Amino acid sequence: MGQGTAQILVYAAVLVVLSYPLGIWMARVYTRERGDVVERGFLRLLGRDASGDQNWKQYGLSVVVFTVLFSAFLYGMLRLQGHLFLNPAHLPGVPWTVALNTTASFVTNTNWQYYGGEATMSYLSQMAGLAVQQFVSAGVGLAVLAAVARGIARRGGGVGLGNFWRDLYRSIVYILLPLSILLAVVLMWQGVPQTFHGYVHASTLQGGHQTIARGPVASMVSIKQLGTDGGGYYNSNSAVPFENPTPLSNFLEMLAILLIPFAQVVMFGRMVLARRHAWVLYAVCFTIFAIGVGVAYPAEQHGSQVLRDSGVNITQSAQQSGGNMTDKEIRFGIANTALWATATTDVSNGSVNGGHDAFTPAGGAVPLVNMFLGEVEPGGVGSGIYGLVFYILIAVFVAGLMVGRTPEWLGKKIEAREMKYAALGALFVPTMVLVMTAVAVVTPAGLASIFNPGAHGFTEALYAYTSQSNNNGSAFAGYGATTFSTTLGTVALYFGRFVPLLAGLAIGGSLASKKVVPASAGTFRTDGATFGVLLLGVIALTAGLMILPAMTLGPIVEGLMH
Amino acid sequence: MLRAALASAVMIVVSTVALGFAYPALMTGVGALAFPHQTAGSLIDRNGKVVGSSLAAQAFTSPRYFHERPSATSPAYNAAGTTFSNLGPTSAALRELVASNARAILSLEGPYNPGLTIHNIPVDAVVPSGSGIDPEISLAYAQLQARRVAATRDLPLTTVEQLIRENTWGRTLGFLGEPGVNVLELNVALDRLGG
Repeated sequence: MGQGTAQILVYAAVLVVLSYPLGIWMARVYTRERGDVVERGFLRLLGRDASGDQNWKQYGLSVVVFTVLFSAFLYGMLRLQGHLFLNPAHLPGVPWTVALNTTASFVTNTNWQYYGGEATMSYLSQMAGLAVQQFVSAGVGLAVLAAVARGIARRGGGVGLGNFWRDLYRSIVYILLPLSILLAVVLMWQGVPQTFHGYVHASTLQGGHQTIARGPVASMVSIKQLGTDGGGYYNSNSAVPFENPTPLSNFLEMLAILLIPFAQVVMFGRMVLARRHAWVLYAVCFTIFAIGVGVAYPAEQHGSQVLRDSGVNITQSAQQSGGNMTDKEIRFGIANTALWATATTDVSNGSVNGGHDAFTPAGGAVPLVNMFLGEVEPGGVGSGIYGLVFYILIAVFVAGLMVGRTPEWLGKKIEAREMKYAALGALFVPTMVLVMTAVAVVTPAGLASIFNPGAHGFTEALYAYTSQSNNNGSAFAGYGATTFSTTLGTVALYFGRFVPLLAGLAIGGSLASKKVVPASAGTFRTDGATFGVLLLGVIALTAGLMILPAMTLGPIVEGLMH
Repeated sequence: MLRAALASAVMIVVSTVALGFAYPALMTGVGALAFPHQTAGSLIDRNGKVVGSSLAAQAFTSPRYFHERPSATSPAYNAAGTTFSNLGPTSAALRELVASNARAILSLEGPYNPGLTIHNIPVDAVVPSGSGIDPEISLAYAQLQARRVAATRDLPLTTVEQLIRENTWGRTLGFLGEPGVNVLELNVALDRLGG
């Protein structure tokens, strides 16, 4: 496994080296007082809402109104695509249940897909509908993070968190779009299609016919990786050679998954003027990531029970990567697929370069647990850090209880109001997941979606609602689309996005108006290893313990049975 | 509320035009100028006819050709309907699929590889790929098929092995990813050789 481990280590090193300067740049983007002339002109065009500071409620209202209206627009486009232009494959309108779920999925930065991209979506829907959301929903997440950070950083007086429209504009124009253009060019060089010409009809060597789907792929793949969206052009996502043709494209796409999320930890530290504290957070996130890879890679290399029993050769050698190659691609092998699965669920990306449903019990448990922890390792673009804030507040609260002092964080007293929001943010989504999974496995309508029998089928349902509620989007893809599953999923998507988002904004708003308490000898330090360990413990004990009983019914029993 | 709705409306229009049309159009233009072959789908042309893409597996059943990995798409190797098999690690369906794929390989390759047993079959030969159109097979699976292809084409084994090496995509920069043999490119090269 040395070759694979070396690749993983190189990946981690490049990630750390690049995330640091990007984080500094991002902090600068959001703290710059005066925008350039284009920005000012654009904000004037948007009207009164785009001028001046907003408090957390105004900021949140802008987010919600914008998302609801954009949902309606996208839903209409998907339903009507059969009558619209840029539809060379003559695909009909998307059925309403799937359109509804897909709309919710893309506006919430999830990109759960109850459809096969190349067989369902026209070029128009892919590039002017879905891919636009991959920019915008990521931009919304980053904007909210900037607002929360400003609230925390505010030193006395005022309740303003910044302006949503300005933050959204800056997220897209100064961060997402330039990186996306850069990545798209490299991906095209490596072999990702980018064309408006229709599907190709080839006459195969043996005299058969093959239709080859293509389209504006590179422009979408680059932003789906960078914006922690993950919704692919093709059904099999980045496992498809047209989305991810080479080991180099794979390396860069994997890098894009974690680049902005880790950079935003650096950005957060700079914006709240607590760089050492941010490095502790960075280390905590990195530890969870390392544990995930450390479990998933050996588990997949060890291979599944069926394959070991079958007698075929699964031993790694110079001639093959061996291991559990089911639903995996040759050019990535085991190491790169296990690494991707861990990275994509440490954040809210959800793109895949292999089929998670076919992972071994232990290998498949890693993405499941990663998502259930709330994707705070370091989480989705924007959403990850305000998700992490909930755990941080719980950690300082627990520390405060232990020493009998009012908890403080970054110089501000943490009181009942903040703790209520933090508890809501940390516990709402896991609770929703468990309730929805329970409903989905006891009702006939819910059971109809399950593909694999037994404990693995239970894991499919658990994975589906964990993924949608946490706005991840990766799947045990055997789990099928029914009216029941798409509707329940739609609810999970919207609530999973907005409850934590608004709770995060509320904490930012509440902290904004608080006076700074000077640190004293009794202040619990949050910039050392002690706090890091405490934070890890809190994450494991809150969400980790909540999923343990469900895990015993799914991956654990499946692993023990064989 | 109304103010936010007005701003939203403008933002929706502008972002759709800029990110949904201008950005992909710009990328398409850059791609057409700089990487025309790749952005069109890495198509393989033979005598003026498109025979497939370097990035998509296609069906090979004749013993004269190297065969691809199994595919879960419908029909197999559907490059406009990619899919995983989604067969769980303990599923009976996977057990049966692996067994029947292994039997088929033993009866196809056995006559050319005396003493061949199931333990010689590399795993990628019997399990579906992620995309269903994985264009590559492992070096081990290519070597397993080399004797059959050489025999049915009356070619020296060394020639076929040389072609395998020429159509192997190695690790990028010497360490990234895993090496594999591009089946369609290999078969095109074989046809060009005649035999």
